[in-house]
Amino acid sequence: MLSEFLVITVGAILVNNFVLAKFLGICPFLGVSKKLDTALGMSGAVIFVMTLASLVVSLINKFLLVPMKLEFLQTLVFIVVIASLVQLVEIMLQKLSAKLYESLGIFLPLITTNCAVLGCVVLNAKAAPDSIQSTWYGATIYGFCSAIGFALALILFSSLREKLDLATVPKAFEGTAISLVTAGILAMAFMGFSGLV
Amino acid sequence: MSIAWIAIISTGVIGIVLGVVIGIVAKVFAVEIDERIEKVEELLPGANCGGCGYAGCADFAKAVVAEKATPGQCPVCAPVDITNIADYLGIVAEEKEKRVAVVRCSGDASHTERSLYNGIRDCRSAVLVAGGAKGCDHGCIGFGSCAEACPFGAIEIRDALAVVHPDLCVGCENCVATCPKNLIIMVPASIETHVYCNSPEKGAAKRTYCKTACIACRKCVKVSEEGQMEVDGFLVRTNYENPPPPEVVEAAACPTTALRNASLHAAGAYEGVSK
Repeated sequence: MLSEFLVITVGAILVNNFVLAKFLGICPFLGVSKKLDTALGMSGAVIFVMTLASLVVSLINKFLLVPMKLEFLQTLVFIVVIASLVQLVEIMLQKLSAKLYESLGIFLPLITTNCAVLGCVVLNAKAAPDSIQSTWYGATIYGFCSAIGFALALILFSSLREKLDLATVPKAFEGTAISLVTAGILAMAFMGFSGLV
Repeated sequence: MSIAWIAIISTGVIGIVLGVVIGIVAKVFAVEIDERIEKVEELLPGANCGGCGYAGCADFAKAVVAEKATPGQCPVCAPVDITNIADYLGIVAEEKEKRVAVVRCSGDASHTERSLYNGIRDCRSAVLVAGGAKGCDHGCIGFGSCAEACPFGAIEIRDALAVVHPDLCVGCENCVATCPKNLIIMVPASIETHVYCNSPEKGAAKRTYCKTACIACRKCVKVSEEGQMEVDGFLVRTNYENPPPPEVVEAAACPTTALRNASLHAAGAYEGVSK
């Protein structure tokens, strides 16, 4: 049991990192990684939404879609549920914790239809029936750890890009080009974790 | 019942349930926005000039309602607007004297010229090339960086000289920082008389390239009361703490017409009168 959790945790954060191994959520990975501050804000929002979405969606999947044999509706239902969930959280957050609402800011609505979030819940739904990931708590942990992996990649990359701003880059590679090259090298570095679990 | 109907009904139900839940939550957790903010914003000029130090009129209205700022901090508002806002919020408006900008230079193109500049028509660019094309290194370059910064069209570029129209100027100070020669100062609007020169060089040197420079002959100092005009090196300046009356300009008969009254200067009364 415990070892299974460990496998999920290490697997989601390092080995099957969402950004660097699965290539999900590339848009925010490139979009909001110019500064460490925004990367931290985005990471916070992703961790928040992905954990919550994994929990709610796995419950809906387990107790609604599977018993009614409606698995083919998964993508449709998941995206609707995630979108409304984010909307709900946003409304409640504004009232309950204005400070958190301000710090998450624009990132919360931004990740409503992020493919990393959808990818996470789809992977949960597709997990083998006997694995821990198919249970609601296992799915939640997987969602949380995947988001941590996403945050790790985003923070690493934004720190790299901040350093990159100061470096002299050949004219042809300036801007997005050198960012993509850096992202590729970072992904290759993460390849070192493969085979760990 | 076919699977299609089940699918349609169940997605429909999920959608309706989610919609209702969001609707209820939005009602329960509704955040009240202070309606006074909107009202104060309406009363503000809406120029978004940033003269108050806030990001715009909306931001300033928020600060005023939160009592972090006073309505009087808006440099654009006429005193009656400020009283209106203060009355609406039930606070006491403080008295504020209107301030206007003055460009301390009178050397237009006909009076001073040195070289031809074909670069970008912007004072801050021109000043990088040997301090600009004007004969005087301290004078107005006349490409109108300040006029561009003015949201109220109060600065006119007349013959390569920036002239402030005091009746149009609201005192937002947007122009002050744009002048690479630091020629623009903010003065109380009630003071009319200014010395339109800012060159610290010797009078004789100034005369070689500018016909309207202040040569510190002190004629104005003599006809005004003590302390109203101050001598600062080779330059006379108005003492803004103790200003001379506008009649001083007539009485002094400034030989270079550097001493001018702001409204007449804006109207172009001094053009071509220098000797």
